[in-house]
Amino acid sequence: MTELEAGRAQTLAPARSGAALRRYRDVLIALIAFAVLASLPLLSGSKALLDFVIRCSAYGLFATSLNLLVGYTGLTSFGHGMFFGLGAYSFGLIMQKLGVPIPVAFVATLAITAVVAAIIGAICVRLKEIYFAFVTLAFQMLIHSTILSWASFTGGDQGLRGGIPRPAFLGINLANHIHLYIASCALLILGLLAMRQIAQSPFGYTLRMIRDNAARASFLGIDVWRAKLTVFVLAALFASMGGMVMALFVSGAYPEFAYWTISGEAIFINMLGGVSTFLGPMVGTVLLLLLNDTVTRFTEYHGIVLGIVILFFALGLRKGLLDFVAEWYAHRRETGEGR
Amino acid sequence: MDLDALAGCLSSSACLVTQTTSGLIIGMLLFLVAVGLTLIFGVLKVVNFSHGAFYMFGAYFAMSAYQLTGSFALAMLAGAAGTAILGLIFERVFMSRVYGADVLMQLLVCYAFVLIFDDVVRIIWGPEFKAMGMPSAFQVMPLFIAGGVVPPYYLLLISVALVAAIVLGIGLSRSRIGKVIRAAAHNPGMVSALGINTGLIFGGVFALGGMLAGLAGALAAPVRSLTPGMGFSVLIESFIVTVIGGMGSILGALIGALLLGLIRSFGSLGFPLFTEGLMYLFMVIVLVSKPTGLFGKEAA
Repeated sequence: MTELEAGRAQTLAPARSGAALRRYRDVLIALIAFAVLASLPLLSGSKALLDFVIRCSAYGLFATSLNLLVGYTGLTSFGHGMFFGLGAYSFGLIMQKLGVPIPVAFVATLAITAVVAAIIGAICVRLKEIYFAFVTLAFQMLIHSTILSWASFTGGDQGLRGGIPRPAFLGINLANHIHLYIASCALLILGLLAMRQIAQSPFGYTLRMIRDNAARASFLGIDVWRAKLTVFVLAALFASMGGMVMALFVSGAYPEFAYWTISGEAIFINMLGGVSTFLGPMVGTVLLLLLNDTVTRFTEYHGIVLGIVILFFALGLRKGLLDFVAEWYAHRRETGEGR
Repeated sequence: MDLDALAGCLSSSACLVTQTTSGLIIGMLLFLVAVGLTLIFGVLKVVNFSHGAFYMFGAYFAMSAYQLTGSFALAMLAGAAGTAILGLIFERVFMSRVYGADVLMQLLVCYAFVLIFDDVVRIIWGPEFKAMGMPSAFQVMPLFIAGGVVPPYYLLLISVALVAAIVLGIGLSRSRIGKVIRAAAHNPGMVSALGINTGLIFGGVFALGGMLAGLAGALAAPVRSLTPGMGFSVLIESFIVTVIGGMGSILGALIGALLLGLIRSFGSLGFPLFTEGLMYLFMVIVLVSKPTGLFGKEAA
């Protein structure tokens, strides 16, 4: 924390008890959400439903981490998917080649992601707006081409096949569907909680200031480059976590995980759910996956249907669903008080 | 990696000519697509993410027209005119609603149309690969230049693209319409206040950009296979071209496209699996050393 941030935190001291209260509330909500998700297998034996929630966990972590960049810091990354792919591939390769316990592979993958993200981020965050978007896209495609061309190591366009070994640890056996489900939910909830803490911390407010006025933030003594790099690496870690959940779920890793369309999907999820609220991307994830699943079941031309839905959001609502609801609610409360 | 093949090619004039021509072909087609992209960005300040779809429609229009009439000239005309009309409608009805909106919002509208257009092509022409076939006028003996094989159709393709580049360059800098377009790019409010219909200009520029991409698709139709989604790789590559050359610069698009074409044709010899990676690596290097691209202006 810089001196200035510390100073700012002091002046905000009276608000501190409120912040602590909010933090307890967040933890409480997280616990309730986890309890609900964990009891789902008891209520319904549907494997498809559990699969759906696991996929939501993977994409939800990934999309929410992108919102740290897009919504909170104003960094529009087109290449965020590279860390999703990197997580899936690193985790799969470590498990296949080294045969270490899952938690070790998990931590090692996060370490690899942090190093790669720090190097790429150091180059990218210097650039502004559309150029930042293009460089991140270029790095993503660079990683994608590397995966495709390094076939002896990564399996090339066939992807990592032969399954990822999932040895049991601490009584948790991820080869068991229910165990995998609970573990994914736990990772999702923990990841969301951690990201929420980052967003509500003084550092999170520094990010918002950079988004709104980077020159002013820099004038106030904040090292903008370092703050951007920090959030770039943090967001990469959570995206990598999403990739690992995905790799565990499909027991493999495919080049599509690192292709640029996965970044496009994450951006789309963010727009669908809305970037002005913390849970917007999560709502967007559920919406997009539901939409994908139902539309592909009814028609082979799901591009047209999906396209029209996107147009409805982009030209009709002009904002994400949760943004829309939040604004409507605020408006209703305002007029209600006026009466 | 196969550096021996690359070195072997560089020392043989026949291989050198063949690879350079194929690089020029790729580069010229990319230039036609990229110059439309850069023009639309320069004037409308919109990144047209659906530009690849115009390339695709150009190719399909040309194929249908060729099959109906058997005339190559009419096929080219159909590809160019059809996409120009499509571009005009697309801009007036949809894109004009998101000017000044968030970049993400514009991208989203374009993304929606990428999905829709691909499915429309699938419905009209079917999902399978199609081929237009080489017109009989060009089914003649290839030329031999310094031992290298050069099909005559390639010469036509290169000259059409070069003519387009020259006409565009001179038209924009010298003609009255060109001056109005540049003025509208600089300050649309002022141009509009002077009694010029900027909506018409914006629509026209979008139609011109779409037409150039359609022409590229039509020219590519005899030498490439047609499939829904064919616009996509072209779109990504022409993005690289515009970013390398500098967004909004026509000369930059030409140089960037030629560089990329040559990287692809020679890279496929030396690094057969990493050819795409080479392009992205090149883009990263250019962007990191000069973020605005080779010919881009500061603070565009």
